[in-house]
Amino acid sequence: MQTKEIIKLKDITVSFDGEPVLSGLDLNISDGEFVTLLGPSGCGKTTTLRIIGGFVTPDSGSVFFDGQDIADLPPYKRQVNTIFQRYALFPHLNVEDNVAFGMRVQKKKPAEIKETVDRMLKLVNLAGFNKRKVETLSGGQQQRVAIARALANNPRVLLLDEPLAALDLKLRKDMQVELKNIQKSLGITFIYVTHDQEEALSMSDTVVVMDAGRIQQIGTPQDIYNEPENAFVADFIGESNILDGIMHEDYLVEFFGRKFKCLDAGFGPKEPVDVVIRPEDIDIVPADKGHLTGKVTAVTFKGVHFETIVDFKGFKWMIQTTDYYPVDSVIGIVLNPEDIHIMKKSEYSGMFGDYSSYSEEFDEMANPEIDLTEEAEVQE
Amino acid sequence: MKTLSRIYNALIFLFLYAPIFVLIVFSFNDSKSRVVWSGFSLRWYEELFQDEEILSALGVTLSIAVIATIVSTIIGTMAAIGFRSVNARLRRVLMALNNFPMVNPEIVTGISLMLLFVFIHRTTGLLQPGYMALLLSHITFCIPYVVLQVLPRLRQTNPHMYEAAMDLGCRPLSAFFKVMLPDIFPGVLTGALMAFTMSLDDFVISLFTSGASAQNLSVTIYAMVKRRVTPEINALSTLMFGAVLILLVAINVLQMKSTPKQAKK
Ligand SMILES: Nc1ncnc2c1ncn2[C@@H]1O[C@H](COP(=O)(O)OP(=O)(O)O)[C@@H](O)[C@H]1O
Ligand SMILES: [Mg+2]
Repeated sequence: MQTKEIIKLKDITVSFDGEPVLSGLDLNISDGEFVTLLGPSGCGKTTTLRIIGGFVTPDSGSVFFDGQDIADLPPYKRQVNTIFQRYALFPHLNVEDNVAFGMRVQKKKPAEIKETVDRMLKLVNLAGFNKRKVETLSGGQQQRVAIARALANNPRVLLLDEPLAALDLKLRKDMQVELKNIQKSLGITFIYVTHDQEEALSMSDTVVVMDAGRIQQIGTPQDIYNEPENAFVADFIGESNILDGIMHEDYLVEFFGRKFKCLDAGFGPKEPVDVVIRPEDIDIVPADKGHLTGKVTAVTFKGVHFETIVDFKGFKWMIQTTDYYPVDSVIGIVLNPEDIHIMKKSEYSGMFGDYSSYSEEFDEMANPEIDLTEEAEVQE
Repeated sequence: MKTLSRIYNALIFLFLYAPIFVLIVFSFNDSKSRVVWSGFSLRWYEELFQDEEILSALGVTLSIAVIATIVSTIIGTMAAIGFRSVNARLRRVLMALNNFPMVNPEIVTGISLMLLFVFIHRTTGLLQPGYMALLLSHITFCIPYVVLQVLPRLRQTNPHMYEAAMDLGCRPLSAFFKVMLPDIFPGVLTGALMAFTMSLDDFVISLFTSGASAQNLSVTIYAMVKRRVTPEINALSTLMFGAVLILLVAINVLQMKSTPKQAKK
């Protein structure tokens, strides 16, 4: 992969109606990368994307494209194209005219336009749909037209704002693979926005985790999952048990009144830390053989595994296990050094990682779904 | 019960439409009488189109209606777009300001416009009652109707469409004409027809703002009736009734055409 920097956001600050939306955002994006902005609804992902697209002017900070400051460049002069959250196809034009729109604005030759339209429609698996009206297409097909329309302009960078959010699960999975293939075959930069961590992990070269208008962590999907930087990231990406601990020395951490070996170093003496233990890393053993013992309080069958909630001295952990341990059974657990990840304390410490209030319903409600408000507005 | 309500309905329509019906029938009467039918004829229509006073009033009415429609459609559409981009609180205030003139008694609007024009005339020497004042007042009272027709259409459009056009290389103005206008066009057209109808239809406000130099049809008819009621007036009223009827039917058809589409989405 090339490492040339194509987009650089420097110390970006934005507020709407006095409410800070982005605070001191720094982001560098390499050419040809698949970068995902991941975070809960309202954290400022769309705003970040719109700054790159030229639709939002930051209150302060600078935006560089290919080394040039483009703060004052309007959207129609940027070598960037956008897939909007609701496709935003032009309903009075047919598929072909939608895809040709950008090239016609640039006064390209008809023969070239025709050739590009056909090539783009083939790329998104819509060959032969040229004359169809866009409103006769399904959601997935409309999405493909939007992709073809943006790519027909030959952008250096494609911005995608939750492009798959409105599609059903099966179609979404297929489109994820397809989008990734398109990005690889064209070799252009994709900046992809989603609140779906699974989507982010499976598609991206680089994931940018955001919350409350700040970047929490930037890294490869593996980094983000295995080495979360704070309690927010650990909780948002996958499931995590997060405990208070004290770092005694390098590679030795204490929690629940017991010292454990770990792989982390570089903390101050007796520094309080957050300890992350992933539910799937925990080994269950008979009670008398465990480092810790606890009592099962709830079990949910999830297909691949059982989600078992275990009470350790009043603190509830989630453990994913393929074996079934009924409620009220007493179990022991073993933690190996590689199962333990240590994070510095942050403003998020103590907010996440305890499964005491955990229940199925809560899980569903907490799922930040596609903006229902927006849906309502369209139907208004 | 059912027959009773039918009779009630029939009576309502009878009282509503009988006068117009009589007027239409007698516009084709061969004699001057307004009571006795003496045979079919088009003589009043012929005379109508030879009457200088009426023809010049017709010219004023039509030219005012056309210009007022164009100008108020442009201003009203821009206003509607502006309304969309402000926050909800301010939008409610603006909508109330927009709707108020439509429920405000016309005579109040008429008198206040007259006073305004008189004031401007006194202080600057411009805008004495006449063609320009008439035109400006027609533009003024047409705008709210355009806004009211364009807004719901705007609400249906995807707000990102305009940005998508710019994203694909359009300058703001060309993005508006290429993408936004085609999408809201049914609303704009209905608004324009509504404005045209309102302008043709208006009497009260015109009475107060037209001077002796420029009188439109309704004001002219009023002046003529004060002198004498000729069957010519019947003919003229029939034509105006027909024109407004056709326009209203057209507006309704247009509105119906754009509604099922919305249901499909
Ligand atoms: N045009 C706007 N006017 C006012 N507030 C806005 C505007 N756009 C976004 N916001 C606010 O900024 C915050 C971040 O929004 P957004 O960037 O859309 O978040 P995300 O895409 O991560 O869900 C939200 O609280 C949202 O309400
Ligand atoms: Mg968003």
